[in-house]
Amino acid sequence: MEPFTYRRASSTEDALATHGSATRGAKFLGGGTNLVDLMRLGVETPSELVDVSRLECSIDAGEDGGLRIGAGVRNSELAADRRVRSRYPALAQALLAGASGQLRNLATTGGNLLQRTRCPYFQDVTKPCNKREPGSGCPAREGEHRNLAIVGHSEHCVATHPSDMAVALAAFDAVVHTSRRAIPLVDFHRLPEDEPWRDTVLEPDELIVAVEVPPLAVAARSTYRKVRERASFAFALVSVAAAYDGNDIRIAFGGLAHKPWRAFAAEEAIRSGASFRDAAEAELEQAKPLRDNAYKVELAARTLVRALEELS
Amino acid sequence: MSVAPTRVVGTPADRLEGRDKVQGEATYAYEYEVEHVAYATPVVSTIAKGRIRSIDSSAALAADGVIAVLTWENAPKLPKAEGELAILQSPQVSYRGQIVGAVVAESYEAARHAELLVRFEYDVEEHDVELRADHPTLYKPGKVNPEFPTDTEEGDVERALEEAAHAIDETYTTPTEHNNAMEPHATIAIWDGPSLTLYDSNQGAHAHRETFAKTFDMPPEQVRVIARHVGGGFGSKGTPRPHAVLAALAARHVERPVKLAVTRQQMFTLTGYRTPTIQRLRLGCDERGMLTAIAHDVVEQTSTVDEFAEQTAVVTRMLYASPNRRTTHRLARLDVPTPSWMRAPGECPGMYALESAMDELAIAAGIDPIELRIRNDPEIDPESGNRFSTRNLVACLREGADRFGWKPGSRRNGRTLAGLGVAASTYPARRRPSQAHARRNGDGTFTMRVGAVDIGTGARTVLAQIAADELAVELDRIHIEIGDSAFGSAPVAGGSAGASSWGTAVVRACRLLRAGDEDEVHVDTSDSADAEEPLAKHGFGAIFVEAHVDVDTAEVRVARALGVFGVGRILNPKTARSQLIGGMTMGIGMALMEETRVDGRLGAFVDQDLAMYHVPVNADVLDVDATWIDEDDPHINPMGAKGIGEIGIVGTAAAVANAVHDATGVRVRDLPITPDKLVGRI
Ligand SMILES: Cc1cc2nc3c(=O)[nH]c(=O)nc-3n(C[C@H](O)[C@H](O)[C@H](O)COP(=O)(O)OP(=O)(O)OC[C@H]3O[C@@H](n4cnc5c(N)ncnc54)[C@H](O)[C@@H]3O)c2cc1C
Ligand code: SF4
Repeated sequence: MEPFTYRRASSTEDALATHGSATRGAKFLGGGTNLVDLMRLGVETPSELVDVSRLECSIDAGEDGGLRIGAGVRNSELAADRRVRSRYPALAQALLAGASGQLRNLATTGGNLLQRTRCPYFQDVTKPCNKREPGSGCPAREGEHRNLAIVGHSEHCVATHPSDMAVALAAFDAVVHTSRRAIPLVDFHRLPEDEPWRDTVLEPDELIVAVEVPPLAVAARSTYRKVRERASFAFALVSVAAAYDGNDIRIAFGGLAHKPWRAFAAEEAIRSGASFRDAAEAELEQAKPLRDNAYKVELAARTLVRALEELS
Repeated sequence: MSVAPTRVVGTPADRLEGRDKVQGEATYAYEYEVEHVAYATPVVSTIAKGRIRSIDSSAALAADGVIAVLTWENAPKLPKAEGELAILQSPQVSYRGQIVGAVVAESYEAARHAELLVRFEYDVEEHDVELRADHPTLYKPGKVNPEFPTDTEEGDVERALEEAAHAIDETYTTPTEHNNAMEPHATIAIWDGPSLTLYDSNQGAHAHRETFAKTFDMPPEQVRVIARHVGGGFGSKGTPRPHAVLAALAARHVERPVKLAVTRQQMFTLTGYRTPTIQRLRLGCDERGMLTAIAHDVVEQTSTVDEFAEQTAVVTRMLYASPNRRTTHRLARLDVPTPSWMRAPGECPGMYALESAMDELAIAAGIDPIELRIRNDPEIDPESGNRFSTRNLVACLREGADRFGWKPGSRRNGRTLAGLGVAASTYPARRRPSQAHARRNGDGTFTMRVGAVDIGTGARTVLAQIAADELAVELDRIHIEIGDSAFGSAPVAGGSAGASSWGTAVVRACRLLRAGDEDEVHVDTSDSADAEEPLAKHGFGAIFVEAHVDVDTAEVRVARALGVFGVGRILNPKTARSQLIGGMTMGIGMALMEETRVDGRLGAFVDQDLAMYHVPVNADVLDVDATWIDEDDPHINPMGAKGIGEIGIVGTAAAVANAVHDATGVRVRDLPITPDKLVGRI
């Protein structure tokens, strides 16, 4: 672990103020459940931590009936919020399907969105990895990739984004508010292309302030289904956030791509009357599974069909 | 002969140190406060094979707080060190993650920081870390762990298989698995002139003392190993590991006491693991289901540093009889760390394959799998021809079938398929020589000193219970001291032989104390251990599992598991049950999730932490229960007990796999049974 300094920011302005002056770069600190682990592993080496976890800690009703979730709101608190549970049940379920109770008590909304991939090569500084060390190669492509991407990957990186929360937010048209701008969640995370080290469109000195979930009637009839070989405390092999009331529809997948995968093609197919299975296949047509993860195509299709059947 | 009635033995006494542990007052190896201590951290190789060309320690040495950097160029020489313990003795690198250096610093943080600053350049050679059934380096080891013949053959297996009414020929594989005890390995090494004291997290203070004395070429009396509390071992702390040698080397080099804790990541290369196995099972039977052929051919791996040959097919030699039998073990020498003991080495992977094959044979023959096992239950040990001291496999199967409600056949409930599976379990019942010391304190209390190590099993408590009965006093009159090589020699907490071996010495010491007028006695059971009549001594059990499989997602959950065991007298039902259900839980993990993936190109293990290497969490352990039948075996030890530390894991993976097959009709023969192997096939 590299030596670093720690500072608790008193405001958004204060957080941004000193950010540029750090030698190896500063990092914002949320709950630290991902960042501190990666620092211990030598993957992240900031010289300064600016703690923003106590800045934006409330969940406020938007004027239009949506919710504005402060970046510092803890995952446990968000999952327990009565408005979230009744109006966006898939979001509460996704949060509760993630990590463990202790971790959720610390993890923040902002940090959760920015948690880094669980590709095992990424976490070991003695192995090559384009995401961690640009140009060093992607051993996962030919190596161990059973749990990595089947859509949207590139020759440079086949990692998946691990967040459950972000999958539900992607389905619900959420918007990320930063210190500079508003970014629709579906555009917030990137595909790896030839810059796999960039997980999102966020700039290094840009702070997430809040996530806004717009009012969405269909979200009240939503569910989150996460598939994993262990009953709890495991990242998704595949997950689905789906909202369906027989009319309106929202679908996003987790575990398939470098970002939460909003299934626009499947939504469109259902709107035009396709069967659930056909809709799933319409979405997964673009899948390019690797040597050992073709099972995800079938698994994703079945999980989606199952989720939609349960909502029907 | 039968075993004397007991008063304190057989009661569910709480762990004597339970309160200390819960309150954080039990001192583990790393936690001893030592003056002027320095902190060492291993530097490990980043290639799988080659030679160190050059080392640049300058940046590390210049970093704050760094005292020394040890490498093969400056480390003290250890001419007597062998295998994995001969660290920093040459520039040779034999596997990825091997110790190639150490940083010693004033703080743990400074050492960890500087660890990344030591630069190695290597002449890299081509490596091979992937086990295959047709691996070109396959060879026949001279023996398998610890001292079993490598192969056995009787009759004509090929012919018997051709003539069998029903036969199966299947290959089962198990992956690399890592022990991952809750407390990572840790050592404090303190030199005082020529004497070495080690606070070490291990399973056997005396075994460690002997090996350390040999490694450092010094008399055993000059080495003291203390292991009062140990947070699990599962075999990985049974033999001294290289990091402990490193701590002692570093302490000698800097002439200060040194603390060293292995990180979770380093536990994947430095502290042993279970070899992957490829097992071909061929079974044949006649119309009535009587076995006519048993063949178990095993391929597994060892390293180029040392040989470890897991005794995977040895259990097949004694479980069922057949006129035609054959077992073989072949090893590939790969550029990997040396495999080692992991809970029930041999029996555990071997019984997964054998008991899966028995299930397949039962189906092929149209015979209930319990009935098939009952029909083939031998009168005498098929291997040695000896009588069994006690063998209650059939009773366990019957009792379990009754309690569990044995009614196999897939049932559907909504989108879930349910099925039942059964498998036999067995483990040798051993006793090894041990010493013990007993003292009458004059205030009505007694002090027992045994060199035993309690790795979380409850051994300390059980030994005190045994003493209380022998001395006819209450449990709170017994002070017990363990975990110190300064006490009389005692065997390792392994092979499920701890309580059996140490307990026998405790019984002898207490009886001697009562019989004479000395206030202090010392006994040694080495004159009698395991020297009695030729009997086959084993514990037996039957594991029952109800598996639920989601038809869409192929997720498998074990809804119910029951183990029924015939393991002699139960010394403490509370700690015994914990051992048995703990073993079964580990077996569920083996069946459904445990796997260390290997990257052939990098010559590396891919999984290196518990976020990636999955073991069951509470949500996976829904209804796991263990019970036992009345059994009293006077042939093992005076307590009438058999070991229970390992038998819980042995049959469990097969029972889960059999239940998954019962539920889905799909047979997965490659552990673990994860959704990718089932989805779309149900
Ligand atoms: C063992 C384990 C299992 C887990 N399992 C799951 C799981 O199943 N599903 C799941 O979804 N997650 C899982 N997680 C991940 C967990 O959800 C994340 O670690 C957590 O959400 C991160 O939040 P944090 O506040 O702790 O982020 P931090 O670790 O503090 O920060 C993460 C990143 O976000 C940046 N950051 C934080 N806040 C801001 C901000 N306001 N603006 C800009 N940048 C910011 C940091 O600089 C850092 O780069 C698991 C984690 C562990 C350790
Ligand atoms: S998939 Fe991405 S994160 Fe994983 S090794 Fe390749 S580049 Fe690195």
